[in-house]
Amino acid sequence: MELLTNLYTGLEVALTPLNLLYCLGGVFVGTLIGVLPGLGPTATIAMLLPVTFGLPPVSALIMLAGIYYGAQYGGSTTAILINLPGESSSVVTALDGYQMARQGKAGLALSTAALGSFFAGTVATFLLALFAPPLAEIALKFGPAEYFSLMVMGLVASVVLAHGSLLKALAMILLGLLLGLVGTDVTSGTPRFTFDTPELADGINFVIVAMGMFGLGEIIRNLENEETRDIFSRKISGLLPRWQDFKDMTPSVLRGTALGSALGILPGGGAMLASFAAYSLEKKVSKNSKNFGKGAIQGVAAPESANNAGAQTSFIPMLTLGIPSNPVMALMIGAMIIQGIQPGPQVMTEQPTLFWGIIVSMWVGNFFLVVLNLPMIGLWVRMLTAPYHLLYPAILVFCAIGVFSLNNSDFDVYLMALFGVIGYGLSKLDCEPAPLLLGFILGPMMEEYLRRAMVLSRGDPMVFVERPISATMLAMAVIGLIVVLLPTIRKKREEAFTEEG
Amino acid sequence: MSFIRSPKDFYAGLVFILVGIAFIWLARDYGFGTARRMGPGYFPIVLSSILICIGLVIGVRGVAVTDAPPQGFTFKGLALVTFGTLLFGVLVRTAGVPVATAALVCISAVASQRFNWKPTLVLAIGLAVFCVVVFVYALGLPMPVRGPWLGG
Repeated sequence: MELLTNLYTGLEVALTPLNLLYCLGGVFVGTLIGVLPGLGPTATIAMLLPVTFGLPPVSALIMLAGIYYGAQYGGSTTAILINLPGESSSVVTALDGYQMARQGKAGLALSTAALGSFFAGTVATFLLALFAPPLAEIALKFGPAEYFSLMVMGLVASVVLAHGSLLKALAMILLGLLLGLVGTDVTSGTPRFTFDTPELADGINFVIVAMGMFGLGEIIRNLENEETRDIFSRKISGLLPRWQDFKDMTPSVLRGTALGSALGILPGGGAMLASFAAYSLEKKVSKNSKNFGKGAIQGVAAPESANNAGAQTSFIPMLTLGIPSNPVMALMIGAMIIQGIQPGPQVMTEQPTLFWGIIVSMWVGNFFLVVLNLPMIGLWVRMLTAPYHLLYPAILVFCAIGVFSLNNSDFDVYLMALFGVIGYGLSKLDCEPAPLLLGFILGPMMEEYLRRAMVLSRGDPMVFVERPISATMLAMAVIGLIVVLLPTIRKKREEAFTEEG
Repeated sequence: MSFIRSPKDFYAGLVFILVGIAFIWLARDYGFGTARRMGPGYFPIVLSSILICIGLVIGVRGVAVTDAPPQGFTFKGLALVTFGTLLFGVLVRTAGVPVATAALVCISAVASQRFNWKPTLVLAIGLAVFCVVVFVYALGLPMPVRGPWLGG
């Protein structure tokens, strides 16, 4: 019953004409930019963040959420039509989606992705509404020690569940934490690592880091080899699935949704892990498994439902605990802080309209995604043909103007260029920028909680293991690390992330 | 250097160690404090120390395990994108948005293998107009259309 009242509160916020417009606008712009080859959701959101700064908090977050799933769906479109996944979460969609497109079933692949995503999004939104309040309730009882341990666990989980070298990811987190400390220390007022520059006294804006590492760094990486893409110019028809197609995709959609929802809640989970796991599962259990990699509809339906469900449920730790589980959620938290909202469990009780408004708007956004995308597929296809060598200078301009307009400071633009160089250099050494961004957002918060916990315990570090919730979370972090470092499991983990298809 | 068997690990480790040392050096005067009353230097120095340890392990891997060197480094792309962005920062307030935009487009576009002057110039002019209309006139961002260098 309470759920219904809450959802009603949310409906009242989400269905105001203005917020509907921002949601629609976010979904539209997100898809528009996400569909551009080489631009994933993280870069898209980083680029569009400054646009939302002038809006009221609810509208800004509704729009950003809209941009997120718009960008994700746009990425899938690119993956299906030209086999060029914008971000890792649509890598597996490309396997079967592109094959379907080559067999002339592009329309079917696109509508499968849209309908699967919509179903998954609907289910995940309800899960979010169901599970967020009790979780926030528990989190309200957390003291500083619990929060510190929670952040440790979240950061560790984000590297355990991601792919690539564990040690390098840990080092990148530490680097991010350190960079997050740049600026004036809140407790003592000491300026730290500022080199006496007034521009650094307030710390580095996370938009600069995100745009530098994900925007500029990514562009430089794409310039390494500009392979010739086959431009998709055929007309897309057959958008409506036949009865048989529905029968084929339904079980996959259901399995993908279930798996994606579960994996999205985990810290470090989210869309990417969900889509990989769903594809592997589907390949094992589907009757059609021998056709996987050759254009199986199940190979599109499962990962697409899963990544949308995961994208949706990854909002749960973000909204209730204030913990980002992936770079996109880190950006959302950054946006909340800029809007003057301290992320954490108190958001639900103190700002119920914001909290429930965002949740309901997710469902609305998913609805828009279906009604917007299928009719407008012609426009997206045309966007796809935009040549990259003319696209990236334009992206650079938008990044530069966006960063400049944060504080009207040319210093920020120089800083973004520096982070572009750092991001590109580190990625050449196989150090991915995503963990750095998570650490960067959490750095100041972690220090604050550590300090408070230690003051309360009179300097006794045992407080972290004596309090049961805190001890459990630290234990999970340690177990996670040990498990990944075990050779046999490490091999399995590598296998899970390299799709054989 | 022949003892480096996995350059990506070796140099990554080296970078992390050096960064850790730099942060500790910068934090040397911040006041370490005690565990109970942490000074501003406490957390950074602890983090840097862990970073150095992890850096060491990664670096050791670099001489113990064999792996391929980094592939496809593009100095041209890196230099032009960075230079264009820096120049935008210099020009945006001194010469104005349209000049800064056009400069960034023209410089960064040269990095592409498919660079061609004609479409690049069209793009530069088009974007300059677009940015002035949308960002300065429509959104009202406080950026000069004509900076002091152009008598604005």
